[in-house]
Amino acid sequence: MQFTSMILSNVEVSPGYWRMRLTAPQAFAAAHAGQFVMVRVSAAIDPLLRRPLAIFDVGMHTPAQSGSQPQPFFEMLFRVVGKGTAMLAALHETDLLDVLGPLGSGFDAGSADEEKLIVGGGIGLAPLYLLAKGLVGRGSPVRLFAGGRSRDDILCITEFERLGVECYTATEDGSLGEQGFVTVALTRRLDALKGRATLYACGPDGMLKAVAAIAAERQIPCQVSLEGYMACGVGACLGCVVPGREHSTQTPDFRCVCTEGPVFSARDLQWTV
Amino acid sequence: MDRLNMKPDMAVSVAGIALRNPVMTASGTFGYGEEFVDYVDLLKIGAFITKGLSLKPRAGNPTPRIVETPGGMLNAIGLQNVGIDAFIAKKVPFLRSVATPAIANFFGDTVDEYAEMARRLDDIPEVAGLEMNISCPNVKHGGIVFGADPACAAGVVRACRAVSKKPLIVKLSPNVTDIVAMAKACVDAGADSLSLINTLVGMAIDIKTRRPVLANITGGFSGPAIKPIALRMVWQVARAVKVPIIGIGGIMNATDALEFILAGASAVQVGTASFINPGAAQTIADDMEAWLVANGVADVKSLIGALET
Repeated sequence: MQFTSMILSNVEVSPGYWRMRLTAPQAFAAAHAGQFVMVRVSAAIDPLLRRPLAIFDVGMHTPAQSGSQPQPFFEMLFRVVGKGTAMLAALHETDLLDVLGPLGSGFDAGSADEEKLIVGGGIGLAPLYLLAKGLVGRGSPVRLFAGGRSRDDILCITEFERLGVECYTATEDGSLGEQGFVTVALTRRLDALKGRATLYACGPDGMLKAVAAIAAERQIPCQVSLEGYMACGVGACLGCVVPGREHSTQTPDFRCVCTEGPVFSARDLQWTV
Repeated sequence: MDRLNMKPDMAVSVAGIALRNPVMTASGTFGYGEEFVDYVDLLKIGAFITKGLSLKPRAGNPTPRIVETPGGMLNAIGLQNVGIDAFIAKKVPFLRSVATPAIANFFGDTVDEYAEMARRLDDIPEVAGLEMNISCPNVKHGGIVFGADPACAAGVVRACRAVSKKPLIVKLSPNVTDIVAMAKACVDAGADSLSLINTLVGMAIDIKTRRPVLANITGGFSGPAIKPIALRMVWQVARAVKVPIIGIGGIMNATDALEFILAGASAVQVGTASFINPGAAQTIADDMEAWLVANGVADVKSLIGALET
């Protein structure tokens, strides 16, 4: 659905990273973890295209006016990477945004008793909070492995901890948690679990590839949430495609990140990057 | 005229296809129609054009395939499509369910492939007309784009005309020295209508990596930034040929669409705008009707080529 949304808050949670809360129509409350929105940053023609952003959280808020009914809100966590996101960061409470969504597929929660290991790199944490919330709600044991270049890239960890999720952090410069890649701590936990777990990951391509390889080697299910350059978000432009496992030039099997993803089972994709 | 009760006549005819209004959706921006049913009432637009089809499925180009530029975007999708067989099996049943003309866009690597496509599409009753994309390299002639050479374009149009009775629209490339010569050659070869413009070849560079942004290096430039060029070409071509023209290029709203109609277009195609607002084509058709009402214009056809110079 397409709707006009009002910004309820827009806060810089870490240098260059922003968390925005917006009003949403009633139907938006049913959004799944892993889905995304396409946001029109301004009504002008530059920037022209919408920006795809993960849904960080959804919930209900009660407007300040007395007698108001609770209304759904949603949150986006984004990093300023260019002109469009810089304009989003400059918006304030009560500003309006044109939003398309929720779009795409969500994460599959799997069986409730298995431990869920969530791996996020930098802004890749954006779709993972709502996932963690849902998994905790179903009674699954959940652990978060958050990685980044430095402590500034480790986002909203207290939010995950408040859910009761045990969090491991690793940074490349050692400024927070273990020094190095978060996949080291992930591997340790998998060794302890002896292979009974489900993996969820979102982050840079290198991290996703490493997590997919760990999952493949141990034959455990792994879902990844991907990013893609896209113009439309509804499966028309074919800008955001990724090669499926059996893809070749002779037998093309491109998957649209926007409509067939952004969440994919890692084993359904070709990990060439 | 009683403006309050007026219902303007929005119907136009292009290449013998009756359209309830002049607003169509451009190939490659509207999937096969079905992708947009949540956003567009297909009964409120004139027609929709399918993603470009080929004999065999096409993988398309590597990614990145898309980059935004000020006022526009570049795409190098590489004509990814399901191929004619899957189109017939999986996409045509939807076309049957919609009472809006569906026009099949198609292309080939050789004249024979184009003709084979035209012949196969001619057999599909759900396809109201054909739109030929001639902006493809001619494999047998050193890769020169069909649409960049009048004789080459005429040859491929003639081959398709000979095997198809359906209305035949030829989509012109703007990447030529003389668009009027191209237009005349296609009409002489049997085109019932011309649609223009296709995208302009462009590129974008990342100075940090010193690499092109698109994996394909170059891509097709579209969006509001190209509208002045498109308007100029539609105006030139409309004066030079007698067949109906379909104006395309950066149409974002009803004002843009009306500019093309004044320049000589009988209908328009909305492309990139559907990426930003999936309901754009319907909004433009609605707003165009409202403009006619507000300005006391009883029949949209009276605006076609009504530019005063």
